[in-house]
Amino acid sequence: MALLEVENLKVVFPTDEGEVEAVNEISFTLDYGEVLAVVGESGSGKSVSAMAIMRLLPKTARVTGRVEFDGKSLLELPMKHMRRIMGNDIAMIFQDPMTALNPVFKVGEQIAEIIENHRDVSKRQAGTRAVELLELVGIPEPSRRAQQYPHEFSGGMRQRAMIAMAIANDPKLLIADEPTTALDVTIQAQVMEAIKTAQEATGAAMMLITHDLGLVAGVAQRVQVMYGGRVFESAPIDSIFYDNRNPYTRGLLNALPRLDARTHAKLYTIPGSPPDLLRLPPGCAFSPRCEFVTDECRRSIPDFAEVEPGHVTRCHNWESLPELARAGV
Amino acid sequence: MTDVATPRVSETAAVLIEAEAITTEAKSWSRQTWERLLHHKLAVVAAFILVFLTISFWVVPALSPYSFDQVGAGVPRQAPSAKHWFGTDQIGRDLMTRVFTGGQFSIRIAALVAITTTVIGAVIGAISGFFGGWIDATLSWVTNMVLVIPALVILLVLALRFGSGPWAIAFIIAALSWPRISRIVRGLFLSYKEQDFVHAARAAGARPGRIMFRHILPNTFGPIMVETTLNVGAAIIIESTLSFLSLGVQPPVPTLGNLMNEAKGAIDSRAYELLFPGGIVTMISLCVNFLGDGLRDALDPTSRRTR
Repeated sequence: MALLEVENLKVVFPTDEGEVEAVNEISFTLDYGEVLAVVGESGSGKSVSAMAIMRLLPKTARVTGRVEFDGKSLLELPMKHMRRIMGNDIAMIFQDPMTALNPVFKVGEQIAEIIENHRDVSKRQAGTRAVELLELVGIPEPSRRAQQYPHEFSGGMRQRAMIAMAIANDPKLLIADEPTTALDVTIQAQVMEAIKTAQEATGAAMMLITHDLGLVAGVAQRVQVMYGGRVFESAPIDSIFYDNRNPYTRGLLNALPRLDARTHAKLYTIPGSPPDLLRLPPGCAFSPRCEFVTDECRRSIPDFAEVEPGHVTRCHNWESLPELARAGV
Repeated sequence: MTDVATPRVSETAAVLIEAEAITTEAKSWSRQTWERLLHHKLAVVAAFILVFLTISFWVVPALSPYSFDQVGAGVPRQAPSAKHWFGTDQIGRDLMTRVFTGGQFSIRIAALVAITTTVIGAVIGAISGFFGGWIDATLSWVTNMVLVIPALVILLVLALRFGSGPWAIAFIIAALSWPRISRIVRGLFLSYKEQDFVHAARAAGARPGRIMFRHILPNTFGPIMVETTLNVGAAIIIESTLSFLSLGVQPPVPTLGNLMNEAKGAIDSRAYELLFPGGIVTMISLCVNFLGDGLRDALDPTSRRTR
């Protein structure tokens, strides 16, 4: 049995201009210890789906579908029981470490608080554990650092502290929402390494939300590409990089800077901008930006096609995509 | 030569390692605020005067050979003299003892007002800002109602109805002064509840009550402290006003307002009777305001105007 099973998850936000379908019937499963990367542009629904699983969306959001976590139906749990899971069995790493720590408490206290909240331990034990956790995520002089306030930490250090907080109660599932986006490029890899270490130390499964496909290469086993609230392609990591069958996935990959590119080659960008969720095209959401678009794409939304077991894509032209790409470029 | 050089090298290495380590002395936020407050000369002086005055309100009556309600402690209507430093009133009570005892009551009332106001205001503001929706709408309506009704009129009515003991007066003043602090706290909660660290606390399974009081409230202590300080000054003035209008604390309990009321008839001949309590009220409210300003500047370094 899988650790997390998401079925037909749908999130609708009512707005003055109409209903926004931020997440549209997404389904996926996550095994124990597995790392799934959820990739997409802003507004693709990747963060919203994670927030929906965590029950963190505002009350105005309408969430439907089924989320089974470890045998429990998360969307139906009373909030009281849900709080016992949050921060304990499921933990979250936030995007911006500069604002995700409480400025008036010492870092060690904040980590200890999460442990005390969910475990029957003394203040002292929680404090000791906090220092161990800081050491695990690679913070030098952890016992001294635990006594400091967030403003005395650099951005990378704070994100490490956030990671320590997330794994404090040995969660079964880690949700990392763009954990390195707010950091300097120079330390992104280090922090990613710390996340990997933390994930391996706890054996937790991880949902890694990002827009940077390059970042997930060494970490994730599976990648789920999202666009306009829908899953566009879901496949093992190697298939995404070497045998992807979706023009949007291709676009994301081409937009990565490469060391072996010609010196003066311009970096590829996907033309156009992410779709307005209030005014989605009638057919495939990506059709206005797709270089291989056909009349069928503009008319009807493609269903999932199975490329091979474990690899599905949502594209009318998936079979001919490799030839089309060769011909086009 | 080498035996000299070797230790020097390792010494340099040690220094370098030290430099790699944490170089700045860890200073907590409250410590930094405290240090900034100490740089605010006016606030420091004001704080000293306040502390000095408050202590003297208890010490002077205790050391005085007269009690505050001792009729005929001296010849009535005496000007200040070596025996009676502030003179005596029309029934021969020692004015100095009365003024300082009056200060004692005024300070106690003001402190009670400040504490009650802060607690009521903070709790209502916190609930209002945190939960929003109809709770906020209702509480904000109540807050605004209390804020717009003419305070002095209500004070007069309430004082007539609920009596004139020092504590009754304190609660009446508090019942009318909490909206200011409530609005401030509500605004702070509105902005803090959308901060990432609050989302993070929620994601970590913290209950709403815990998020409000453990995660958000400590972040609002600064502005609350400033407002509470300023409230002390306001409460002293309101109490004096009420007492001056004979609607506050009733004689024989002396408060600074009462003393001014008693002295108002003799303003032409014995102005000092009015000047002593009036001067102390002025001094307290000035000092409290300077201290409040200093606190505000210390808590928010970006808004500093003076040095």
